[in-house]
Amino acid sequence: MADQAVNPARTASSMRWLIVLKDIWARPSGAIGLSIVTFHILLAVLSPLITPYDYREIDAFNILSGPSAAHWFGTDDLGRDIFSRMMLGGREALIVTGIATPIAVLWGGFVGILFGLIGGRIDEFLMRIVDAFLSLPWILKMLVLIVTFGSGNAVLIPTLAFFYGIPVIRIARAATHDVVARDFVSAAKARGHPRFSIISRELLPNVMDTLMVEGAMRWSWMLLAFSSLSFLGFGVSPPTPDWGLMIKETRAYLTFAPWGALGPVILLSSLIIGINLTADGLAKALGIDRAQKAPV
Amino acid sequence: MNNSPLLQIDRISIGFRASTGQILPVLRDVSLQLSRGQSLGIVGESGSGKSTVVLAAMGFLKHGLQLISGSVSFDGNNMFELSGKELEKLRGGKIALIPQNSGQSLTPSLKIGTQLTEVLKLHTGLSNDQYMDRIIELLGLVRLPDPEAIAKRYPHELSGGQQQRAAIAMALAGDADVLLLDEPTTGLDVTTQAHILELLRDLSIERNMAMAYVSHDLGAIARVCDNVMVMYAGEAILEGSTRQVLTSPFHPYARGLLASIPKLNDPRLPVALDGRPPAPGLAGEGCAFVSRCAIASDRCHREHPEMQATPGGTLRCHHYKDSERISITGTGAQPARAQATDQMSLVLDSLSISYHIPSFFDSLFGAKQEIPNTVDDISVKVTKGETLGLVGESGSGKSTILKTVAGLLPLRSGSVKTGDGKELPPRVEHRESRQLQSIQLIFQNPDESLNPRHTVAQILGQPLGLYFGLRGKEGEARSIEILRRVRLGGHYMDRLPSQLSGGEKQRVAIARAFAANPELVLCDEITSALDVSVQAAVIDLLNELKKEHGTNFIFVSHDLAVVRALSDRVAVLYQGRLCEIGPSDQVYALPSHPYTEVLLGAVLEPDPDVAPKLLAEDVVELSPPARGCPFQRRCPRRLGSVCDNQEPPWQQSEDRHFIRCHIPIEELHGAQVEDAA
Amino acid sequence: MLRLLARRLALGVLTVILVSVIIFAGVEVLPGDACTAYLERDAEGPILEACQERLGLDRPAYIRYFEWIGAAVSGDLGMSVGGNQSVAELVGDRLANSLILAAAAIVTGVPLAIFLGAVTGLWRDRPIDLVVSTTAIFAMTVPEFVTATVLILIFSVWLGLLPGIVLTPPDAPVAEFFPEILLPVIVLAMVMTAHILRMVRSSVISVMSGEYVQMAVLKGVPYWQIVFRHAIPNALLPAINVVALTIAWLLGGVVVIEVVFNYPGLGRMMVDSIADQDLPTVQAIALIVATVYVGVNLAADILTMFANPRLRTQLMR
Repeated sequence: MADQAVNPARTASSMRWLIVLKDIWARPSGAIGLSIVTFHILLAVLSPLITPYDYREIDAFNILSGPSAAHWFGTDDLGRDIFSRMMLGGREALIVTGIATPIAVLWGGFVGILFGLIGGRIDEFLMRIVDAFLSLPWILKMLVLIVTFGSGNAVLIPTLAFFYGIPVIRIARAATHDVVARDFVSAAKARGHPRFSIISRELLPNVMDTLMVEGAMRWSWMLLAFSSLSFLGFGVSPPTPDWGLMIKETRAYLTFAPWGALGPVILLSSLIIGINLTADGLAKALGIDRAQKAPV
Repeated sequence: MNNSPLLQIDRISIGFRASTGQILPVLRDVSLQLSRGQSLGIVGESGSGKSTVVLAAMGFLKHGLQLISGSVSFDGNNMFELSGKELEKLRGGKIALIPQNSGQSLTPSLKIGTQLTEVLKLHTGLSNDQYMDRIIELLGLVRLPDPEAIAKRYPHELSGGQQQRAAIAMALAGDADVLLLDEPTTGLDVTTQAHILELLRDLSIERNMAMAYVSHDLGAIARVCDNVMVMYAGEAILEGSTRQVLTSPFHPYARGLLASIPKLNDPRLPVALDGRPPAPGLAGEGCAFVSRCAIASDRCHREHPEMQATPGGTLRCHHYKDSERISITGTGAQPARAQATDQMSLVLDSLSISYHIPSFFDSLFGAKQEIPNTVDDISVKVTKGETLGLVGESGSGKSTILKTVAGLLPLRSGSVKTGDGKELPPRVEHRESRQLQSIQLIFQNPDESLNPRHTVAQILGQPLGLYFGLRGKEGEARSIEILRRVRLGGHYMDRLPSQLSGGEKQRVAIARAFAANPELVLCDEITSALDVSVQAAVIDLLNELKKEHGTNFIFVSHDLAVVRALSDRVAVLYQGRLCEIGPSDQVYALPSHPYTEVLLGAVLEPDPDVAPKLLAEDVVELSPPARGCPFQRRCPRRLGSVCDNQEPPWQQSEDRHFIRCHIPIEELHGAQVEDAA
Repeated sequence: MLRLLARRLALGVLTVILVSVIIFAGVEVLPGDACTAYLERDAEGPILEACQERLGLDRPAYIRYFEWIGAAVSGDLGMSVGGNQSVAELVGDRLANSLILAAAAIVTGVPLAIFLGAVTGLWRDRPIDLVVSTTAIFAMTVPEFVTATVLILIFSVWLGLLPGIVLTPPDAPVAEFFPEILLPVIVLAMVMTAHILRMVRSSVISVMSGEYVQMAVLKGVPYWQIVFRHAIPNALLPAINVVALTIAWLLGGVVVIEVVFNYPGLGRMMVDSIADQDLPTVQAIALIVATVYVGVNLAADILTMFANPRLRTQLMR
C-alpha cells in the first residue's frame, strides 16, 4: 500500500516505541537494565579490538597467578589472561541467543496465533502436544540433540530456537484468545474484512506487545540455558572463551585460585539481570503484568 | 428531631500529586451537613468528585489522594484525626457504606453469613449464640427470601439484586446512624433498582437514620432524598430541597442536566450540554462551568462564585437570577419520525438462537435434556427509514438478536432477509460486500470496540477502504467530512482512542458505522456507558443522521426513555421472546403486555411526585421456561395453568400494535386503566 | 463434579501418552540405536544385524512402542545398555534422592515464598520490599550453577561450614546425605522462592487494592484481619496453578544443581546416560520426569477446584 508512507499510523507506532523506551528509561531499574544490556552489546562488539592479550596466548611462567598489573584478573590453569577471556566470553552467547531469540518468538508467535485463531477441539488437542513438549525438561531435550549432532552453533541455534519457541506458542495463543474476544475484532468481522486483514491490522498490533515482553524473557532464559550447557561441557568447546565454560574450568581449583571465577560470574549474572530488568521495565511500560505468569 | 448535625463536612479539599509535583484538587471546598432523619442526595456526572465526598465522610481516601484542607466531623469525632483503632470502631458501626458494585465488594471466599458475623462481632455486643438469629433477622429485613439459605451461600451464588441486598444488610448490621450509599443501584435492572430503592426509603424512615445517597441518576435521588447537592468539577454548586432542585433549579448546570435527561412521558429529544468539565487543576480562576454556560458573562471568567443562599437553595452562580432563561424542558427537538411505507428494510422470520452447544462429554454421557432456545421465534419486519427499539432487562436476548443480524452469532432456525426479500447468509463470511456495507453495528463500549492501537484516521479508513476503495488523500478527505458530521473536527484524525473522552470515542464509533453509508445501523446499548449530558448529544446526533440519510436503526437499550426518544416502533423482549410490539406511542400507553407494564412502572422519573409502581418480584430468571408464556413466573396478572402450558396468542390492539398474552385485550386494558386510577 | 474431575484426569493421561509418543519418536528419529551405542565401532554388517535381531530392534516401530509403553506401565523400564542392569533398579534410588532434594526445597521454599510475597506485597515500595524484591531478581535470574559456585566459594571454601560436594553413594539411606544436601537444597529453594514470591507479591498487591478489601476497611475490619481473612486466601487461590507450573519447571533445573554438587539424583544420571547414549535409560528418565510434571499440574488443578468456591459451584452444577 503506497499510502502507508504518509500514514499517520506509521509515525504513531514508531513514536510509540520511542515513548515506551523513554518510559523504561524513566524507572531506575529500567535505566540500570538498559545500561547493562547496552554495555554488554558494546563489549561484545568491541572486545576483539581492545583485549590486552590474545585469548589463546599462553604465559607458561604465570599459571594460575593471582591478579597483577600484567594480568588484572590473574591467569588460568594454562596461563591465559583471564581478563581478556572474560571480555570475549559473552560473544558466543550473545551471537547464538541473539539469532535464536527472534526466530523462537517469530515461529512460536506465529503458531500460537494460528492455534488461537483455530480454536475449538483442534486447538485443545494441539495444546496438549505443546504441554507434552513442555513437560520434558529443557536440558534433556537440548542435550539429546547436542550429543547426537554435536555442539556447534549450527546445532545450538536451531535447537534453542525450536525448544524456546514452544512456550511462546502458549503465550501467543492466550494473548490471541484475549484479543479475539474483544469488540473491535467483532466489529472488523461484522464489516466483512478478509481474515488476513483482521489478523494483521486488529490482532497483531495488540498481540505484539505481549510477544515483545516474551521475547525479552526468552532471551534471558536462553542465555541461562546456553551458559548452563557450556558449564556442563556440552556447549562452547575450548579454547573459545565463554563465561559458563570458564566457571566450569575454574571449579577444579576453586579452593586455591578463586579469582578466576569472579569475573565470569559477575559478567554473566549482570547480563542476565540487565535483560530481566529491561524486560520488567518493558512489561510495565506496556501495561503487562509479568509476575503473574509462570516461567513456562 | 435532633437538630445538631450528626455528620458535618467542613470546607474539605482533596487532591492528588501529579507527576509534575503539583497537587491537583479533585474536591474543592465542599461542605455538607446531615442530621438524623435527613436524607441528602449527591448528584453529579463522572469525575465530579461525588464518591470522594462520601468516602471522605468515613475518613477514607482512595490510594493516591490526600487531604488538602478542611475537616470531617462525625458525632463529635474529627474523622481525619482519629487513630486507626477509633476509625475501625466507627466504620461499619455508627457510619456505614453501601457500595456501588456489591458483586465486587463482597469478599468472594467468605459466605454471606460469615461476613455478617464479622460485622456483628466487631460492632455489636451480641454473644456468639445470638449471631445466627440476628443474621436471619437482618437478611429478612432487606427482604431476601429464605435467609437461612442465603447466609450459607457465597457472594457469587447470588444475583446482582441479592448481592446488593446482602450489602445493605451488612451496612445495617452495625446499627448505623449514618448510612452512605455510593451508587447502590447502578448496573441493576430497572425492576430490581426500583425494589431496592423502595427498601432503602422504607428503612430510612423506619430507623430514623441519616442518609447520603450518591448517584448520577436524578430519578433515584428523587425517590429517596429530601435534599439534593449537585456537584460539578469537584465543587458543590447547588444545594436545596429535592423538589426545588428537580423542578426549578436556579443553577445553569442543574438546568442543563435536567434538560439532558430523556423522559418517559415526553417524546421530545433531550437537550445536550456541549463541552466537558475541566480536568482537575484546570478549572482556572472563574466559574468551573463557564465554558459550557449559556448565560456566562466576563465576570464568570474572572471571578470564582462563592456559595450563596438564594430563594432557590444555596448555590454558586453570579447570574442565578437569569438562569430561568435556560429551559429545563421544551427546547428539545421533535424526534424524526419515519414515513409509513410498505417497503421493507429488514425482515426477521421466526428467528431462533441457542447458546447451548452440546459438549463432547454431554454427547458421550448422553445428557439429552431439551434446553429451550436463548432467543425464540422472533418475527419482526422493519420498514424503510424506520427505527425499531428493542427493550428488555438483562438476559432478554436483545443484544443476541443484534449480533445474529450482524452475522456474528449463528442462528438455530428461521432467517434474516433484506428489504428485497433476499435471505442474508447467517454467517458474516458468506455475505456479499454490498450486504455487509449496508448493515453496520455499533457496540456498547467504545473502549472495547475501537482498536486501542489505531488512530481515528485508521479507524475511519477501514470501512472506506473496504467498501469504496477510498485510500490516501481521498480517504482522508472523506474521513474528515464524516468526522465533521459527528461534530468532531479534522484535528481528531491523528488521535488514538486513549486520547479521547468517552463521548468522543462513541462518536468515532458512530462515524465509523456511517462511513460505510449503511442502510441499517444496529445500535447495541450505545449510550449506556455515557454520562447523561453526553448521552443527550449522542441521541441528538443519531436523530440528525436519521433525518438526513433516512437510515434505519435497530436500537437496543435497557433504558425505556432513551428508546422512546429515538424509536418509531418498539419491541419488548422477555427471556428471548417477544411480548409486545407496536408504534412507540402505543407501546408506552395502555393497554400493555403485563411485562411492559412492570417495566414502565419501575422506571424512575426525575420527579419527586411520581412514584414507581412495583408490580412483580425482582426475581432473576436464568433460563426461559420450557413451555407456555415466558413471563409466567413473574406475571402480576397471571391467569393460571393456561399461562404455564400454552403459548400465548398474538392479539392486535390497534392498527400495528400487538400484544402476546392470554388475557383478552379489552380485559387487559380495562384492568390496567382501573389500576392506574 | 465427577465429570469435570474425570475430564481433567483424562487430559492429564492424554498428555502423558503424547509425551511417551514424543519420547519414543524422538529416539527413533535420532541416528543410532541401542546396538550402535553398545557395539560402538563394531556396529556394522552381520554383528549389528544380529544384535538388532536379539533386541527386537528390527521390528516395526509401533510394535516396539506398544511393547515399551506396556512394560513401562507395569514398572518394567527395560535394560540399561552398558551394565546389563535393569533401568528400573538403576533409576529407583536416584529418583528417591531427587525427590528428597525437591521435597526439601519445596517444604522450605514455598512457605517462605508465600510469607515474603505477602510481606513485600503489603509493604510495597518500602525498604523491605526493595531489598527482598531485588534479591529475588538476582536469585531467579542468575544461573543455578553460578549461584551454586558462589555459595560453594563462600560456605565451603572460605568459611568451611558446609561440604561443597556430595560424596555419598546413591543407595545410601537418607540420613547420610546430611549435611551434604544442605547447599543443593538452599540453591534450589532460593530459585523457587524467588519465582513464587514475585507472583504472590503481585497477586497480594492486586487483591489489596481491590474493591472488597476497600469495603472491608470501610466495615471497620482491623488491618490484620483484612489481610488474613479477606486478602491472602483470595490472593493465593489463583497462585496455586502458577506455583505448580513453576515448581514443575524448576525441577528441570535440578539437573544442573545435581551436576554441580555431584548429587546422585535422577538429573545427574540423565546427563550421564545421555552422554553415554544409553537410550533406554534416557527414555525411562524422560517418561518419569514428564509424568511428575503432569502430575504436579494435575494436583494443582484439582486443589484449585476444591479451594475456590466459585469453581466449586460450577462443579456442583
